[in-house]
Amino acid sequence: MSDHMMHDGGHDAAHGSLTSYAVGFLLSLLLTAGSFGAVMSGAVPHAMILPAIVVLAVTQLLVQLILFLHLGSAPDQRSNTVIFLLTGMLIVIIVAGSLWVMHNANVNMMPMQMSVERALAKN
Amino acid sequence: MNSPVSTLHGGHGGHEHGHDAGANTVLGFWIYLMSDCLIFAILFATFGVLSTSYAGGPSGRELFDLPYVAGETLLLLVSSFTFGVAMLSMQARRTDNVIILLLVTFLLGTGFIWMEVHEFAHLIAEGAGPDRSAFLSAYFVLVGTHGLHVTVGLLWLAVMMHQIARYGLDGIVRRRLSCLSLFWHFLDLVWICVFTFVYLRGVL
Repeated sequence: MSDHMMHDGGHDAAHGSLTSYAVGFLLSLLLTAGSFGAVMSGAVPHAMILPAIVVLAVTQLLVQLILFLHLGSAPDQRSNTVIFLLTGMLIVIIVAGSLWVMHNANVNMMPMQMSVERALAKN
Repeated sequence: MNSPVSTLHGGHGGHEHGHDAGANTVLGFWIYLMSDCLIFAILFATFGVLSTSYAGGPSGRELFDLPYVAGETLLLLVSSFTFGVAMLSMQARRTDNVIILLLVTFLLGTGFIWMEVHEFAHLIAEGAGPDRSAFLSAYFVLVGTHGLHVTVGLLWLAVMMHQIARYGLDGIVRRRLSCLSLFWHFLDLVWICVFTFVYLRGVL
């Protein structure tokens, strides 16, 4: 895709074309409809819904990053792409790390069947 | 720092200098957007950790109205597309088209904010305000921060429409529009994560 846009028009390549915006818009529309449909229709097995909407969301993020924000390996977009990849790595560390640490804290440090009275009675 | 870019675009002659200065501004704005991304990442992580801390209050399943959220999503998605087409009109130097398309984008964005304010007011009226549970605090902060960004984007859109009408599509106005277009598309990206991980996952 980025090769095609490069040939379209010199330094304006970073701004895409009507085709790329229309394709991006239609794909986003379909992926959004897929996400809401998977949850609302009840046609998808319950265990499959969460993986399905995560995959659909990631796909839509990629579609919009490439077709709307024009990220890619084109020379004038390379620095944007590298900065984005670094940020993406930080985001994964922050989000996954927080969820992991807090999950462990919840599992190991909070007795499920403990009332205030029982906790006091132990002393 | 500029040299690799300049040599690759050597064919543009006298246009070179202005283009590079603009490219630096847009790169700097991109770095700002990425740090904004980290703010959202932290808010998403907070929401993820607190997503089941209902404190005996209502859960997402009882509160969220998915068709309504789908409406908000559609408004924001269409506005992202109209902004993209406005940028194409800007490349073609069609000033009137740009203003009309930005106005459409502005109205769609206003519709989105109106729906969101309405949704928040409804939740608070139901007794599910940010003070009800940690889950709702995290929800209001995350979705509210996104809404605040969209509101600032609307203000910026209004300013840019005025500047285009007043100064035309000169280099500075085009550069500012490029930054705003990144900002607007970025907010749509954040919204994809919001409707997936807050609303859809909250209802599961």
